[in-house]
Amino acid sequence: MKLFCVAEVIILPAALFLAVLRSLPGPVFFPIRALAIAYADLFRGIPTILVISILGFGMPALGLSWLPQSEFFWAVVALVLVYTAYVSEVYRAGIESVHPSQEAAARSLGLSRGQSLRFVVLPQAVRRVIPPLLNDFIGLQKDTALVGTLGVVEAFKQAQIDQSATFNGTPYLVAATLFVAITIPLARFTDWLIGRDRTRQQAGRLA
Amino acid sequence: MSEALRIEGVHKSFGKLEVLRGIDLAVGEHEVVCLIGASGSGKSTLLRCVNRLEPIQAGRIFVGGNEITAPNVDVNAIRRRIGIVFQSFNLFPHMSVLHNVTLGPRKVLGLVGDQAEAEATALLDRFGLADKRDEFPDRLSGGQQQRVAIVRALAMRPELLLLDEVTSALDPELVAEVLDVIRELADGGMTMVIATHEMGFARDTASRVCFLDAGTILEEGPPGQIFSAPREPRTQQFLQRIVDAGRL
Repeated sequence: MKLFCVAEVIILPAALFLAVLRSLPGPVFFPIRALAIAYADLFRGIPTILVISILGFGMPALGLSWLPQSEFFWAVVALVLVYTAYVSEVYRAGIESVHPSQEAAARSLGLSRGQSLRFVVLPQAVRRVIPPLLNDFIGLQKDTALVGTLGVVEAFKQAQIDQSATFNGTPYLVAATLFVAITIPLARFTDWLIGRDRTRQQAGRLA
Repeated sequence: MSEALRIEGVHKSFGKLEVLRGIDLAVGEHEVVCLIGASGSGKSTLLRCVNRLEPIQAGRIFVGGNEITAPNVDVNAIRRRIGIVFQSFNLFPHMSVLHNVTLGPRKVLGLVGDQAEAEATALLDRFGLADKRDEFPDRLSGGQQQRVAIVRALAMRPELLLLDEVTSALDPELVAEVLDVIRELADGGMTMVIATHEMGFARDTASRVCFLDAGTILEEGPPGQIFSAPREPRTQQFLQRIVDAGRL
């Protein structure tokens, strides 16, 4: 749970930053856009468990004393790298869903590109992608189980330990229940948000 | 009369399609110029070029004597001086009416919140929108939204106001309230260039009417002449069709 929270707090702004980089216009920013695209493609392409293993086992094994040795640290880094790629795509879809006329209106007032993005485009984009963002939260919450392979003791790892001590499968059920107890409320909350948005839009259309 | 806007030999293409084919136009201060013509004749594109929302391929545009099409001019500074109102309102849906109107003055003109709000409230009051101050755009009628959009442009104290078919997206019974606002601005001496399909309005309000056809200004003159004695056969044809449709 701590893992999930720490990772999420870093992912949300990092992914937004990446999405903004990717929406920079003009040939001047081509290298930055290309890098952002390469990053997203790479980390969406590699299975999460591989990223976790490469970083979690590989980094400490390099034996560089200035690198953190903690498995928890590398677990967070791995999850952040992978989920930033996914979440940035969600943000990007949100940014692209804001009609260009909104930016035209903002620019026509004399707002700079950055100001238009900050005050007009992003607030609308982020509001629209909250449901899919929560969906990715649920995925992240579940994927914290993969980190157990590193020896970080999260719910799944704890269940494995208890199961091998007692030869009793119940701990797995308990772990599963724990995950579901967190993800189901998140899922219902997402549905509620989507429903509220829809009612609002309809009310807007009727008014 | 000093010059508010001068357009010289402007060409604009979207890919291979040439939309503006050499436009020349001068607008004096306090003048109201209406652009009429069929859809696709280039009226909207011309307005968008004047506030640099569209890059042009050739020609020059001057606002208040300063060339705005020169390389290295500050685009944001130009847009500060020119207001534009769009056919589809383009209000910011996530902001209240007041916030829509004060965004530009606060972020671009650098007014403090109180002053921006006081000025915005005065403007909203002037156009009968005082009670809508805290509403969100989706709670307003089309006519109210368009009036807010006009107020938003006015809050920047522009020296030139461009209106791009501002009543075309409105239900017929809401057109009048928006046209009344524009008439009031004209009476107040606001310099305006108006692309419109409202011929009656153009006849009554414009100081000059330009008929655009296929990316050129085919004919221009005082509304009396253009509407009652058009010289060009294309203008005659266009106006005849509008009369036949019962729109004039």
